Amino acid sequence: MRPVRIIVAKVGLDGHDRGVKVVARALRDAGYEVIYTGLRQTPEMVVDAALQEDAQVIGLSIHSGAHMTLFPAVVQELKRRKATDIVVFGGGIIPDDDVAALKKQGVEQLFTPGTPLQEIVDWLRKRFPEESR
Amino acid sequence: MKVRARDSKQAWLEDFESSPARDDGIETSTISGIPLKPLYTTDDLPRRPEEFPGQFPYTRGIHPSGYRGRLWTMRQFSGFATAEETNRRYKYLLANGQTGLSVAFDMPTLMGQDSDAPTSRGEIGHCGVAIDSLADMETLFDGIPLGDITTSMTINSPAAILLCMYIAVAEEQGVPASTLGGTLQNDILKEFIAQKEFIFPPAPSMRLVVDSIEYCAKEVPQWNTISISGYHIREAGSTAAQELAFTLADGMAYVDACIERGMRIDDFAPRLSFFFDAHIDFFEEIAKFRAARRIWARWMRERYGAQQERSWKLRFHTQTAGVSLTAQQPELNIARTAIEALAAVLGGTQSLHTNAMDEVLALPTDKSARIALRTQQLLAYESGVANTIDPLGGSYFIEALTDEMERQAESYFKRIEALGGVIPAIEASFFQKEIADAAFQYQQELEQKRRIMIGVNDFTVDEEVPIEILRIDPKLESQQIARVREVRRKRDNARCSNALTGLRKAAAGSDNLMPYILEAVRAYATEGEIMNTLIEVFGIYTEQAVV
Repeated sequence: MRPVRIIVAKVGLDGHDRGVKVVARALRDAGYEVIYTGLRQTPEMVVDAALQEDAQVIGLSIHSGAHMTLFPAVVQELKRRKATDIVVFGGGIIPDDDVAALKKQGVEQLFTPGTPLQEIVDWLRKRFPEESR
Repeated sequence: MKVRARDSKQAWLEDFESSPARDDGIETSTISGIPLKPLYTTDDLPRRPEEFPGQFPYTRGIHPSGYRGRLWTMRQFSGFATAEETNRRYKYLLANGQTGLSVAFDMPTLMGQDSDAPTSRGEIGHCGVAIDSLADMETLFDGIPLGDITTSMTINSPAAILLCMYIAVAEEQGVPASTLGGTLQNDILKEFIAQKEFIFPPAPSMRLVVDSIEYCAKEVPQWNTISISGYHIREAGSTAAQELAFTLADGMAYVDACIERGMRIDDFAPRLSFFFDAHIDFFEEIAKFRAARRIWARWMRERYGAQQERSWKLRFHTQTAGVSLTAQQPELNIARTAIEALAAVLGGTQSLHTNAMDEVLALPTDKSARIALRTQQLLAYESGVANTIDPLGGSYFIEALTDEMERQAESYFKRIEALGGVIPAIEASFFQKEIADAAFQYQQELEQKRRIMIGVNDFTVDEEVPIEILRIDPKLESQQIARVREVRRKRDNARCSNALTGLRKAAAGSDNLMPYILEAVRAYATEGEIMNTLIEVFGIYTEQAVV
């Protein structure tokens, strides 16, 4: 079985890439295949990349406050492209109320400031127990 | 006497070594990893003549009177939603004793695009105020006399445009540009290095920076033309020494570029300003600020041959560290911010922004913004720390740490020079990798509990009590879009398109672009239209993503 492949992406206009880079490195160290798209990706670009790379997971990062628009837009784009088997998770400055709302809209998990890296890895392990890594 | 002193030190050392040490596994180095001794003594003091504030190399401060002459400017960075809303917040802050304005723009404004651009969706008014044209800028400063206050504007790629809008609003208020005071961040190099809000490639980006510096030297002489920023470098994860070194290296790159343009150093250097982070490691930060002044003074006098004292003096703004704040038990952020602000004051800052406790979650509420401002007032008026100039000067520890900061910065300057300078180093991802490595290292230390963040990896609570946060009304997005479209409808479109044509031609040549941008702004060309005109000539930059 091939390792779980994860697209990590910065959506929206902000360039704060500290978090996304730290997470990308930690996931890679944990044995996942990680592809970082770089900055300022539109929802369409992220889904394109996920389909092209045959990724099972998309991890989104945002720090500008546009998460309520852009995270659901990625989920919608996956629906449009009939690729809802791809799991979406996200991270950034996201207030608790928004976390609940985003989960309802199909973002499976959200990690907010102060989350230990291990917690993200543990979540992925639980979510993809079958795949090797 | 001397013999006895040595005996005492020896005795202390033996006592120290025979005492049990804490075994909590927490690092005793600074947060940046500089190893610390348990005790500093006269043996650690540098051998050099006594230094005084207001005298070269200004380790002890640039003013002979310190804060006895004038307190630092309390300048809270603020902006959200629309120009009307932010105008109300400014009046509230000024009524509460704030002494200068500092404008936070939203992401579309920072990235040079209008509110009705497709990629502005979801971003409008969220992390700052939306400014599309001169019309919004008029609203932003409505009822605030620009001749009486100073304003800082945090904007980089489109900095020249926003400065022109400010000049144009001042003109309308009857305030001549020659009397305007304030600061434009205008520091594109740290965008390539850390914050990543670049648009044009490095060369035309630098041209715009130099254009604005050159223009202001003649037309807006009291304006700080650039705020060379370490803040974003640090927040992106660098160490204190990297922040210091990369920022000063950027400063020298701007000096080189202005000299290359044909400017005389003393004509622009006095208006260069700096912006640093005040992180949680108290003494390291104070040492960083002191070292920054000393290094800059030496380079300006000795390497660049500046003659005027004002060219040697490094003036800086400080903001407390956003990254040090925690979403967990957020009230603790008030205490963190107070410690960081104290470091900035003891380091001799010229102006200060204190973060509000809820900034880790959203933009601050009125209440949290006031607490943050009050924290500065507490330091200034209640604590007594402003009564003595450079009160830590002469401390064995602080002086040794200041020297260490200087040594580490100089060693980075050599590495950057070996790479061919700042821009080639950016293109080689040197800074980006250094910062990503430091950020990852720090995160590992947190995971291993070798560093503690209260409420995050220790002293946690099971039930977090939610605090009230500021919400941006989603309706404002459509309001702002309607507003920019109305501006386009109502303006003299012939004048506007002539101005943009003139700008395009000038951009393809070598004229200073400021007068062309000013004309476009006066004709109510939008920010996005001006930027797109420049993009046609300059192109856009994409970075190579490094993890």
